[in-house]
Amino acid sequence: MTAVEDPTSSVDLPPAKEVGQARRRKEDARLITGKTTWTDNMVLPGMLHLAVLRSPVAHGRITHLDVSAAKERPNVVAVYTGADLAEEQGSLPCAWPVTPDMVNPGHPSIAVEQVNHVGEAVAVVVARSRTAAADALEAIDVDYEPLPVVLDMEQAVQEGSPLVHDHTTSNTSYHFVFDAGEAGTGSDTEQAFADAQVVVSRRFVQQRLIPAFMEPRSVVVQPSGDNYTMWSATQIPHILRVMAAMVTGIPEHKLRVIAPDVGGGFGGKLQVNPEEILCLLIARRLGKPVKWTETRGESLMTAHHGRDQVQFIDVAADRDGTVKGLRVRLLADMGAYLRLITPGVPALGAFMFPGIYKFPAYRFECDGVFTNKVPTDAYRGAGRPEATFAIERIMDELAVELGMDPLEVRRKNWINAEEFPFTTVAGLEYDSGDYHQATEQALELLGYDELRAEQKRRRESGDPVQLGIGFSTFTEMCGLAPSRVLGSLAFGAGGWEQASIRMLPTGKVEVVTGSTPHGQGHETAWSQIVADQLGVPFEDVEVLHGDTAISSRGLDTYGSRSLVVGGTAVVKAAEKVVEKARVIAAHLLEANADDLEFTGGKFTVRGTPGAGVGIQEVALAIFAAHDYPEGVEPTIDAEATFDPENFSFPHGTHICAMEIDTETGFAKIRKYACVDDVGTIVNPLIVEGQVHGGLAQGIAQAMYEEAIYDAEGNLTTGSFVDYLVPAASDLPHFDTGNTVHAATSNPLGAKGVGEAGCIASTPAVVNAALDAVRHLGVTDIRMPLTPERVWRAIHQGGDGGDRAAAGSNAQGATAGETAAASTDPSSSGGHL
Amino acid sequence: MIPAPFAYARPTTVEEALQAIADGGEDVKVLAGGQSLIPVMRLRLAAPEVLVDLTRVEELRGVREDGDMLVIGAMTTHADVLTDPLLAQYGQLIVQATETVADRQVRRRGTFGGALAHADPAGDLPAVALALDAEFVLAGPGGRRTVPAAEFFVDYLTTALEEGELLVEIRVPKLGEGWGVRYEKFNRVAQAWSIVAVAAAVRREGGRIAEARIGLTNMGPTPLRASATEAALVGVDVSMETVTAAAAQAAEGTSPSNDLNAQADYRQHLAQVLTRRALAAAVGL
Repeated sequence: MTAVEDPTSSVDLPPAKEVGQARRRKEDARLITGKTTWTDNMVLPGMLHLAVLRSPVAHGRITHLDVSAAKERPNVVAVYTGADLAEEQGSLPCAWPVTPDMVNPGHPSIAVEQVNHVGEAVAVVVARSRTAAADALEAIDVDYEPLPVVLDMEQAVQEGSPLVHDHTTSNTSYHFVFDAGEAGTGSDTEQAFADAQVVVSRRFVQQRLIPAFMEPRSVVVQPSGDNYTMWSATQIPHILRVMAAMVTGIPEHKLRVIAPDVGGGFGGKLQVNPEEILCLLIARRLGKPVKWTETRGESLMTAHHGRDQVQFIDVAADRDGTVKGLRVRLLADMGAYLRLITPGVPALGAFMFPGIYKFPAYRFECDGVFTNKVPTDAYRGAGRPEATFAIERIMDELAVELGMDPLEVRRKNWINAEEFPFTTVAGLEYDSGDYHQATEQALELLGYDELRAEQKRRRESGDPVQLGIGFSTFTEMCGLAPSRVLGSLAFGAGGWEQASIRMLPTGKVEVVTGSTPHGQGHETAWSQIVADQLGVPFEDVEVLHGDTAISSRGLDTYGSRSLVVGGTAVVKAAEKVVEKARVIAAHLLEANADDLEFTGGKFTVRGTPGAGVGIQEVALAIFAAHDYPEGVEPTIDAEATFDPENFSFPHGTHICAMEIDTETGFAKIRKYACVDDVGTIVNPLIVEGQVHGGLAQGIAQAMYEEAIYDAEGNLTTGSFVDYLVPAASDLPHFDTGNTVHAATSNPLGAKGVGEAGCIASTPAVVNAALDAVRHLGVTDIRMPLTPERVWRAIHQGGDGGDRAAAGSNAQGATAGETAAASTDPSSSGGHL
Repeated sequence: MIPAPFAYARPTTVEEALQAIADGGEDVKVLAGGQSLIPVMRLRLAAPEVLVDLTRVEELRGVREDGDMLVIGAMTTHADVLTDPLLAQYGQLIVQATETVADRQVRRRGTFGGALAHADPAGDLPAVALALDAEFVLAGPGGRRTVPAAEFFVDYLTTALEEGELLVEIRVPKLGEGWGVRYEKFNRVAQAWSIVAVAAAVRREGGRIAEARIGLTNMGPTPLRASATEAALVGVDVSMETVTAAAAQAAEGTSPSNDLNAQADYRQHLAQVLTRRALAAAVGL
């Protein structure tokens, strides 16, 4: 036991710093073998299984619903319909009313009279086995009276459009405006556009994406008297507990929520799911434990989606390339209902559209629009990828318009290193960075000059394979979030995080964090931080999380907040532990606490060589509590809550070199280089992993993924055969690098890395593809860059158009109409 | 994702398998590697009452020589194909196409015969079998019969297999000296089905093309031959010009579908480009 080892045996050399070391993740062995606490691995005595009957129609009234035959099926215990649960199911919560007059139609967990998207729950079978439950679904008899299906946002907001919810007056949930002129953070936008020499306007489509986390959602609820324990594959056990208590009326202190090991989320598990509520309600009714685990098909169809915006972007500039103003108008698809932060996703993005550029004027408007599709909500980046795409694409379009190099336009307008901290036109104070340095380093990594020369050669020889280079010089706001700022945005919670540290008698350390991991590697990173703070071995630290009974306070994991906010809480708690231990150590050493130094886990008395006591020994001493000072509590455990004063702002330069086969339209990434500044790096291996995963998802948006609904509102891309998630074999080698400019809002100096790659890469890829074929007359290609779209854009003009699904309604236009729309200036802009 | 209940038989000989199929009644399905059947059963798009699993019928597995022909057992897995010495020597077109099938896990279980009997026009092996004029040996209650590839693929997911029959082996000609082959596959991600693919086998004599066999994947409800291109190549000099001119006829007589990955006109364009590339590679241009 560490605590009772002879302290003289370990000499007096402080251990090497853990922070900065590429430690292998201590949690990975169990995660990747699956021999762990995945929710679906949970088996409880007498546990029953739920299967959900889902609506096959996108919009309709339930005219007939007969479950009697299903109840007679073998091993079926009960079957519930919306009518059975209507009185107690309440409404799923929406925690982000972005405007005071936002229309929230309410969100039942199970449809009662009407269904509003394909996949909505209509009945639930409870059976003694999962297979019996699935089999009994077939015995349920339902009739629907179809209602007009609303799928296309641009049509949905027109006067006279059929309504998704007939008790509302329009399909618009809210109209959110941020105007820098009115906010006092910028000048008058209309004037800026009136005075500008050049205005470039574009319409970009952010296609709908599916988070596609690896572990399907799963819920187990165990009732015990009037107490309930819920295990859920969730990112947000703490928020879920509060929300589920409010929805069901189960008192919060009677509900314990556990997120055991969770296999990915990407925002897709930042939700209060209908099935979580249904499990609670049914467990309460039956007094027995129940489990629901979704199939992959259910996951793709009913777990919330992401993105789905139509963006009208206008940029005003002078002929020398100096930007003068930015105007953004969005249509954001809410889907059929407002889930936890559905309306807030585009609103969060509002602050990131100006990117790294010094716009003097900025106006943002967004309409949240209801359609008969599954709701959208957070997906890796949540609002910021959409904003970054728009600004990084329009900067390229401006460069083309002005006949300038895209990097030159960026350099001319970006914030210079010496200007930090810099308050942007959106009112954010960017903390630190050096865009020039990151860009130079990325150009070097890519081998930029060589590739430009090759591009020229291919152009001149008319090579069927053309080469293009695309940039994304991005930033993002991370470390969500200062609680007061969230309050000012009408978000339903704060943004603080909590940690506590328990010093065990043997000197081992338990760290309890409120930030619940779902694959990020908290256990490793937190152990590294605590090892340094307390001077204890990395192996002596255990990180506990995800259980509201163990980690009583927390706000969970999303928005690249864990290290920045949660990690800082760990640091603060450790500082308190050291201060409490100092008092005990002084007593044991018969010295004045002020004369003690603490390094490498050991308190020593200044000027008295040889006298010292380790913090792990102090832990044992205070556990025994035989000898400690008067008036001091006999513990050195501590907890801390950290509420950041500002966001952090990672940035980076991503460069993609893309080959386009002009004969087939096939796009292939030739080389990808990126240099990210995520502040201080605690674990380079984890950072590298996050960047790689983020790049994969951002590239996937550019090239592969798209949730497509047909004209009846069926999800055409309902399996991984049609919803293409790239594998390692489809992605290039990534050349990655870092610059380090510490964040100023937390003592670790960390900025957050969870979303960087995903936010940055998408526009770099699309810009590269366009750079490869712009000389052939192509001005835009819609995402994802399917070979067919690229080929059509090259050979037939337009942006590649819709993909053929039987009666496809993808973006609600035919190929021809879309081609025209894509090059039209938005209604609020125009080319001077 | 949970299949409907079914009865299950696991014979160990062809005779037992035929009996199990006969006993299985009208709604019986033969399970080979499960590459296609298991997913549709899990989605409940298919719900057979009886499944006859051929995995343990050892006599159906393996590759042997029979004069100028190779005989491939129907239960030879894709992974077997990729490591078989006879195929390495005489069946490179099959090997190349098999390398592109799905992913490593699927290739470990999926079978050559299963892929052909399933007759998905987007599958890679039907077009190869058609290009090679493979012969399909079918066993039934009344004995064995042999069906040429041109007659085996009848329609979308439909073959000449009659009720109660089992595909037991596939006979393909050895391609030796003088032959060059290429399977040119076009898809979006590595494990995806072909959007279009072209299987080409070309025999050269001196500087001329003596014979060309071209199969098209996913250009209609069945695999197709690019007959006009084949005819145009016979006796021509080997050059990019002749190959390009012939490939321009590759889409003649095709009727590809419209789907998420491609509309018909784009598929027809791809067929021409890919045929040119496959031919060029096959003749070493």
